[in-house]
Amino acid sequence: MKTHNNFDGQYEFVGKAKTWSLICIVIGLVAILGGFALGQAERTFANLLLMTYYFAAVCMCGIFFCAVQYAAQAGWSASMIRIPQAFGKVLPIAAVTLILVVIAGFSLTHTVTNEEGKQVVAPYLYKIWAAVGVTDPHSENYNAIIAGKAGYMNKVGFVIRLICFLGSYCIFGRLLAKYSEAEDDLGGMFYYKKSFNMSCLFLVIFGFTTPIYAFDTIMSLEAEWFSTMFGWYNFAAMWVSGLSVITLTLIRLKRIGYFEWVSEDHMHSLTKFIFGFSIFWTYVWFAQFLLIYYANMPEETVYFFKRWEPEFKPWFWINIVVNFLTPLLVLMSRDSKRIYRTVEIMCIILIVGHWLDYFMMIMPGTVGPTSSWLTEIGPIEIGVFVGFGGLFTFTAMTALTKFKSLVPKKHPFLQESLHHHI
Amino acid sequence: MSSTKYILGVFDDPDEMMHGIDKLQKNSVPIYDVYTPMPIHGIEAKLNIKDSRLGYAAFMFGCLGGTIMFSMVYYMLVHDWPINIGGKNFFAIPDFIPVTFEWTVLWTSFGMTFTFFFASHLFPGRTPRVMDLRATDDKFVIAINAKGNIPHEDITNLLKEAGATEVKHNDRKYVSYE
Repeated sequence: MKTHNNFDGQYEFVGKAKTWSLICIVIGLVAILGGFALGQAERTFANLLLMTYYFAAVCMCGIFFCAVQYAAQAGWSASMIRIPQAFGKVLPIAAVTLILVVIAGFSLTHTVTNEEGKQVVAPYLYKIWAAVGVTDPHSENYNAIIAGKAGYMNKVGFVIRLICFLGSYCIFGRLLAKYSEAEDDLGGMFYYKKSFNMSCLFLVIFGFTTPIYAFDTIMSLEAEWFSTMFGWYNFAAMWVSGLSVITLTLIRLKRIGYFEWVSEDHMHSLTKFIFGFSIFWTYVWFAQFLLIYYANMPEETVYFFKRWEPEFKPWFWINIVVNFLTPLLVLMSRDSKRIYRTVEIMCIILIVGHWLDYFMMIMPGTVGPTSSWLTEIGPIEIGVFVGFGGLFTFTAMTALTKFKSLVPKKHPFLQESLHHHI
Repeated sequence: MSSTKYILGVFDDPDEMMHGIDKLQKNSVPIYDVYTPMPIHGIEAKLNIKDSRLGYAAFMFGCLGGTIMFSMVYYMLVHDWPINIGGKNFFAIPDFIPVTFEWTVLWTSFGMTFTFFFASHLFPGRTPRVMDLRATDDKFVIAINAKGNIPHEDITNLLKEAGATEVKHNDRKYVSYE
């Protein structure tokens, strides 16, 4: 083991990675503009919602990761905590794009044929509760169920809640990164204790608000249906996909020469998280499914009925195989958690897998089935995914270059992390 | 010929004990085992101890438990005594998953525990095999098989040089049976 590391090196975001992330952003823009130009506006909006939500989820996961490490007083992660901190710093960008997409989605309208065959004017997103007249008993759009929920599920409250939740997460992400940078100059325990307190506060706020955030942003796309498991289900998806992105970033940066002190023991710890929470994701997914299956009430089963249509059924099963069976079988043994290549491939699989998971939450209730299951995922889906992948890489890596050092040099547990051995 | 079966080097300090292991290995003295009151980082690698295979046993027990429970529920609820529950199929797989999962977990944990007991000769009611009782308290003990490792004085000196506070020449392997 190397005992002396040089921590002064700053990360430089140059070369291939930068070029490719910009190319990806261009591909994304082309896909979005193409989608609107070719009359696929609703589908494009659904994809924009999917990817802004995913983008925000990964950034939130960065803050959550930092907070968990501080609250647990964990030492092993100290030498790579700059990566989740950088993710947290990007959350404001993700939050703004998400809120813009949401506001545009329920403000802009188009004429569609509804399930009863009538021509109605509906917004692009949240068409069930955000359409004009759903709460007005004299309107022909009147929907008694939605009217009953209008005290909570209305446009103003929705936007206020989103701004409050995402805004508070942004502040905590900024604070945790700021304290860590200030610690580099000052040393001592002062900022560590502050980070600990802030992390505990953040975890309480995050724990109570993230289910509501998921109910609002995703579950309300099918506003007549609800599930109390949905919040934790989304939390699990966020945590697994975010961990995969953190690990993938770390492996990639290590490969080009940064983070030389990160060893396979760190990989082992990170991958244990990924493995464990993939099982947790399955547990919550299945708990939601089983309760609805067993109770067999039409207003609840309609959710899975839509996902059981021939256009979505293959994806429904692939979702389980990719996000449960693959990590279960590949990552169970100790050895596979310690091989960079295996972990890297698994991270990519899980990042795509949880994209599919979000896809299965959003598409059946918005765009609905189109022609065949293979064309459900087309150029728009892939293009928007690639575009936001590029945007995330560009913004997160730029945020990482802002740190003076890739390591919190005076973190009290830094030595423990450098000698992490399991 | 001496009646010594095992030579024990008793150390007060784990670092000195690690130093003792190095010394013995440098002099090609095979070490039978090392007993410490707490886990010590890196000692497995130093002693070339193979990775535990307990995980494989746990996996097998888990598969067995899951299979048994799934077959049992299948036999009971589908084959032997089908009951109409809410109009579901008799063979409603999602309903079987929780209990299959529970049995998988149960068999994994019990199977792993009993395998460990079996492999380490540890079982409630059985006298444990201990070479020096203080190794469970505050002493760090290196055990060397005396047979074939001669001369014993050299080993004693090596251990003493490394910082052993006491070197015992035991005629019996386990002291706990007395």
